[in-house]
Amino acid sequence: MLTKVEDDASAEVLNERVAYLSVSEEGDALHCAFSGTWTTVTVAHVDEQMRDLEGLAGKRTVRLDLGAISALDTAGAWLIKRLAQRQADAGADVDFVHASENAAILLDAVDEMAKLEVPAAKPFKFDPLAPFEKVGKGVVSLGHDFVAGMHILGSTIQGAQMKLGRGHAINPAAIASQIDKMGVGAIPVVVLMAAIVGAIIAQQGAFQLRYFGAEIFVVDLVGILIMRELGVLLTAIMLAGRSGSAITAEIGSMKMREEIDALKVIGLNPVGVLVFPRLVALVIALPCLTIIANFAALGGAMFVAWSYSGIPPQAFVDRLRDSIDLSSILAGLIKAPFMAIIIGIIGSVEGMKVGGSAESLGRQVTTSVVKSIFIVIVVDGLFAMFYAAIDF
Amino acid sequence: MDAFSSPTTAENLSPGTRPGDNREVVLQARDVTVSFGEKTILENLSLDVYRGEILGFVGGSGTGKSVLLRTVLGLNKKQHGTIKLLGADLDEVDEATRMTVDMRTGVLFQHGALFSALTVLENIQVPMREYLDLPPKLMNELARLKIDLVGLPQDAALKYPSELSGGMIKRAALARALALDPDIVFLDEPTSGLDPIGAADFDDLVRTLRDTMGLTVYMVTHDLDSLFSVCDRIAVLGKRRVMVDGTIEDMLRSDEPWVKSYFRGKRARQIDLEARDAE
Repeated sequence: MLTKVEDDASAEVLNERVAYLSVSEEGDALHCAFSGTWTTVTVAHVDEQMRDLEGLAGKRTVRLDLGAISALDTAGAWLIKRLAQRQADAGADVDFVHASENAAILLDAVDEMAKLEVPAAKPFKFDPLAPFEKVGKGVVSLGHDFVAGMHILGSTIQGAQMKLGRGHAINPAAIASQIDKMGVGAIPVVVLMAAIVGAIIAQQGAFQLRYFGAEIFVVDLVGILIMRELGVLLTAIMLAGRSGSAITAEIGSMKMREEIDALKVIGLNPVGVLVFPRLVALVIALPCLTIIANFAALGGAMFVAWSYSGIPPQAFVDRLRDSIDLSSILAGLIKAPFMAIIIGIIGSVEGMKVGGSAESLGRQVTTSVVKSIFIVIVVDGLFAMFYAAIDF
Repeated sequence: MDAFSSPTTAENLSPGTRPGDNREVVLQARDVTVSFGEKTILENLSLDVYRGEILGFVGGSGTGKSVLLRTVLGLNKKQHGTIKLLGADLDEVDEATRMTVDMRTGVLFQHGALFSALTVLENIQVPMREYLDLPPKLMNELARLKIDLVGLPQDAALKYPSELSGGMIKRAALARALALDPDIVFLDEPTSGLDPIGAADFDDLVRTLRDTMGLTVYMVTHDLDSLFSVCDRIAVLGKRRVMVDGTIEDMLRSDEPWVKSYFRGKRARQIDLEARDAE
């Protein structure tokens, strides 16, 4: 639609205003008469013709007649000046005739540029080492990220350090507001997601267990799976997407506008002011959200067990009490603060890496979310192996 | 002058000139009212900008200079009034006319508003790419020509906006505003944040471009030097309308208290004296 209109518009313009060029050659003399409109809009189709004229060798005198030009702008002047300059470089005698006063000013204005050689674009060169270079750079930056992450973790553990070396003030208001944004705000979506996942697992489990006449064991399946793994993992992934990205974007856009530098020169520690409250808020919010997600998932499962398998809620709760114990619940909850720290640190590190462009902000937010989700899942796997090893 | 005004312009423009003044009106605002919620920023404002002039626009902070600029460009909604830019009422034109008007308008935003993901060269080429079908080589040359015209070094072409200084950003943004050789450019505080030498260069540049390209310049500025040295006409915004407009002499003669303190204040007197001495 838009392109069509554009075509129409430019076609209309071209019909009305065209750059004309008539060339006559007599031996070693070249005579060009320009007429019509020579503006940015019209010069495109005479560009090639002009370049051919520039390439003409062996001309002694070149006469450029500007008398019939009705409109000229810098683009038109540039084409004419370029021809004049190239022919003059080739040893021809160039003179302008019938140039109006304004045309003379314009030709003069582009003169400096005509003398400059426009640097050609770098030719593409195949480099067999390029992929390895990329891998190497990736490994090095991974190392840098790790160090930066440890730095942020270290300064956080050391305390809020609002002011560099002066006091260890903690700002409870900031922490509370972050908990509200990251934790309370996430409750609806976490509840909905957990309830649906719980219901799906219960339905699938019941469907398979029905063959064995062991439908009641769906309660064990759902209970253990949710408590130990899924509750915390789903919540962490949701929070990585929801809050990890927000942390990166907030810190990144502050970095872009030199607000981080402003904090530094005011004497405040950016990590203390920006990262610490967010990290603390995440460490508090993620376990709480996990508990809520566990309840929601069990609720969803209970509803499906009742409606799909005919297990009444009372039987569900009785069975649940037998199948899970405190260790199952703790096994899930212990993981939550670790995941919160991972999300917070990766979000902050990526935020600090934002450069000057909007594009880099987008790239860093993407990296932050992808990295946090990936590492959260890897850490969950490590915990599973660890629990298996210590028989927890 | 005529050589540079496109032939279609005269037909497009409706006769909106004052009696006894037959200069062509490029921008005409009539009874413009803009309010945000309860607060009225501009009320029944009228303004004419003539072809080939450099109009300086001044006014205290918060009087709505930027609001007026944005309204003229169609970035803000107005409650009332008509604005004709290059003869076209932007509220009523069809898309094709709107595009031709856009092509003939250049804007330098206060903070440059260069696209941060593109190099300076690519930034300048954005309007060319969108509107014209130019061969890439010619497009590169024209973009570099614009870079040269605004006084940037050629090695700035491949830099990103985040690698440029404040003054260079302004120049690069001006180069982008001039990419299609527009008929009118809007400059929002072009010299703010520049050192006096850079600001004076910028003023010279604006004047040269006006002389060579026949530009009409609408310049919002607080820079008294610019007002004294390059502006043909000055309009003062205050009390939600154009309070006074005229040459610098008119400003110096005005009895409006704000205008008086602006143009005859301590800082202004200094410049005025210098200007007189130079003459």
